[in-house]
Amino acid sequence: MQSYFMAFLIGGLICVIGQLLMDLTPLTPAHVLVLFVVLGGILSGIGIYQPLVDIAGAGASIPILGFGHTLVSGTLEEVAKTGIVGVFSGALTAAASGVMAAVVFGFLMAIIFNPKG
Amino acid sequence: MPTDKQQIINQQQQYQNKVKKVSPKPPLLKNTIWAFVVGGLICTLGQFFQNSFLDLGVNKKDASALTSVVMVFLGAFFTGIGVYDELGRRAGAGSVVPITGFANSIVAPAMEFKREGYVFGIGAKMFVIAGPVLVYGMVTAFTIGLLYWLML
Repeated sequence: MQSYFMAFLIGGLICVIGQLLMDLTPLTPAHVLVLFVVLGGILSGIGIYQPLVDIAGAGASIPILGFGHTLVSGTLEEVAKTGIVGVFSGALTAAASGVMAAVVFGFLMAIIFNPKG
Repeated sequence: MPTDKQQIINQQQQYQNKVKKVSPKPPLLKNTIWAFVVGGLICTLGQFFQNSFLDLGVNKKDASALTSVVMVFLGAFFTGIGVYDELGRRAGAGSVVPITGFANSIVAPAMEFKREGYVFGIGAKMFVIAGPVLVYGMVTAFTIGLLYWLML
């Protein structure tokens, strides 16, 4: 039960930060998505994001910050194992299932459905 | 000529000020609460899938990956049937920031530009927003990875 509470709380708060950026600055949703991916990557790189994932679970991994974290932590793991090759292979290896799902499901839904109105 | 330009700029500024006065302020508190609740609920749903996969004996990493896959599917599906954008009108960042919003950013423009064909319509427009996200995410990971390698 506690895992649900933490996911709700932290996930909600991350979205609040995004909302404040959208309401108080000229940033569009696209800008917020890009900013959050980069931010998630940096927080992951300096070792802050993994502890947050340990605490908040899906509350930290489902927001797009978590995608940046996946890319960077995957890279660092591969670099530790394989050296310079990991710099090129790590990110996409770790993010493969998410990217594959986004492209394939996105393509299918766009073919099946038509926009409203 | 320069004075004409100046005048036009002045008029534009006056107009901008008028618009600012007349247009209603964004209801900040309401938007924030919507973003918190909807964003929080989407993450809670993600936690439910993650816990379920863990209960089924899937290892932690795969459970995380499968959760992303399911959430991306849901985001894409509910965009397809027109529900997600309806939700987004109220939830704002609560529907944008979770990974379901990433799926939404792929399906919505792809659907919209379907009539421009399978290559330049669906194929290209899918990445109007997802493209920048992937580009900047990958460049960030590459840079941090390179720095880490240099420090090893």
